[in-house]
Amino acid sequence: MTGPTAFTRAELDWLPWLEPLAVDALTERHMASLVDVARAKSPYFRLLARDPDTLEARTRTDKDIFYNTDGGLPRAERELAATATSRFNGCLYCASVHARHAATYSKREADVQHLLDAGVTADLGERWNAIVAASVALTATPSAFGPEHVERLRQSGLDDLAIADVIHAAAFFNWANRLMLSLGEPTVAPASG
Amino acid sequence: MTGDADVIDALVGITPRSSLDAIRARRPEARAHAQATYRALFAPHAVGNIGLHERFAIAAFTAGLHEATAIATIYVERLVETGASAELKEAIDAAVTEARTRGPYGRYPIGPLSREDSPGPVYRVGPVIRRALGRRLAAAFEHVHMLVFHPRDAAAVALQALVDAGWSTTDIVTLSQIVAFLSFQIRVIAGLRVLAAHPAPPTDTT
Repeated sequence: MTGPTAFTRAELDWLPWLEPLAVDALTERHMASLVDVARAKSPYFRLLARDPDTLEARTRTDKDIFYNTDGGLPRAERELAATATSRFNGCLYCASVHARHAATYSKREADVQHLLDAGVTADLGERWNAIVAASVALTATPSAFGPEHVERLRQSGLDDLAIADVIHAAAFFNWANRLMLSLGEPTVAPASG
Repeated sequence: MTGDADVIDALVGITPRSSLDAIRARRPEARAHAQATYRALFAPHAVGNIGLHERFAIAAFTAGLHEATAIATIYVERLVETGASAELKEAIDAAVTEARTRGPYGRYPIGPLSREDSPGPVYRVGPVIRRALGRRLAAAFEHVHMLVFHPRDAAAVALQALVDAGWSTTDIVTLSQIVAFLSFQIRVIAGLRVLAAHPAPPTDTT
């Protein structure tokens, strides 16, 4: 069992460092906190289910930021912001999942891979560069996000709802990265078949 | 912050029928559940093993490390409401001053990413502050610093330090959620404040 040593779009596994709840120990409250029943299979979500109220609110926040398609930023670019944030913080697992989503929705596999390989200064074209730069500035501690980022996003054609979506997507991955990085580790999934 | 007022709205200064109020209304579940997370962590149905004063102390330290002064003030006020001592409040301020740096930094697994390694400080609470915080909070603050500034340095051994200081598995999940949620809340507030202060120019209707 080995961990990945480079950013990848390949499927990774994630192994918890703390004991998740056992599948047969999940109560109705725990199941409700997972929101999707299928998540009972995931050791990550069964670990977070130890604090079910927080997990449920976290998950519902996540879903609205990334899946609510009432205007704003296209899905692909919300995933781009998530990938850029994860690349900058150094979360190989989160980056792998959201790079796959970004590539799927945008059909720009080469650009997404370039972001993973070269890092957050990769040239991806001005609109994507603006989204990556804004995500990275907001991810820095303390935040380096300023009016110049808002202006550059506007110049790239984003309206204020889309800019708010960039802010929320990058902010959310500062939440997700810290859980994924600190409660377990990614491993290279065994070849299927 | 009193009652159940939306913390993000209050700290961004979002007023009803403003343009940012309308923008947040387009993501109603995110708005409601960011607040629900705040409630789950800071007004929980059952506090479990983590006292409210510990929750607010951790949040105040996290916000302080982000140099998010207004947010830190909210959590310090809530901490004081729990009856926390002036000594604890001062210890948090001193810890922020002692621990503050810039992130993210850290090391990668050995391999092609090693060229991107950017080592930085590992925080250890000083002896005077440690006495005021107590063993449990001192261990938590060392963990918080790693989560805030260099989360890619996380390792199983860091969790053992928390276990040794009396943090149970469930406590560690909640502690991690407090820091991770604050990392989100602080950035939403920072980002929306910039957006609120720099509204789009009026559309040309000629």
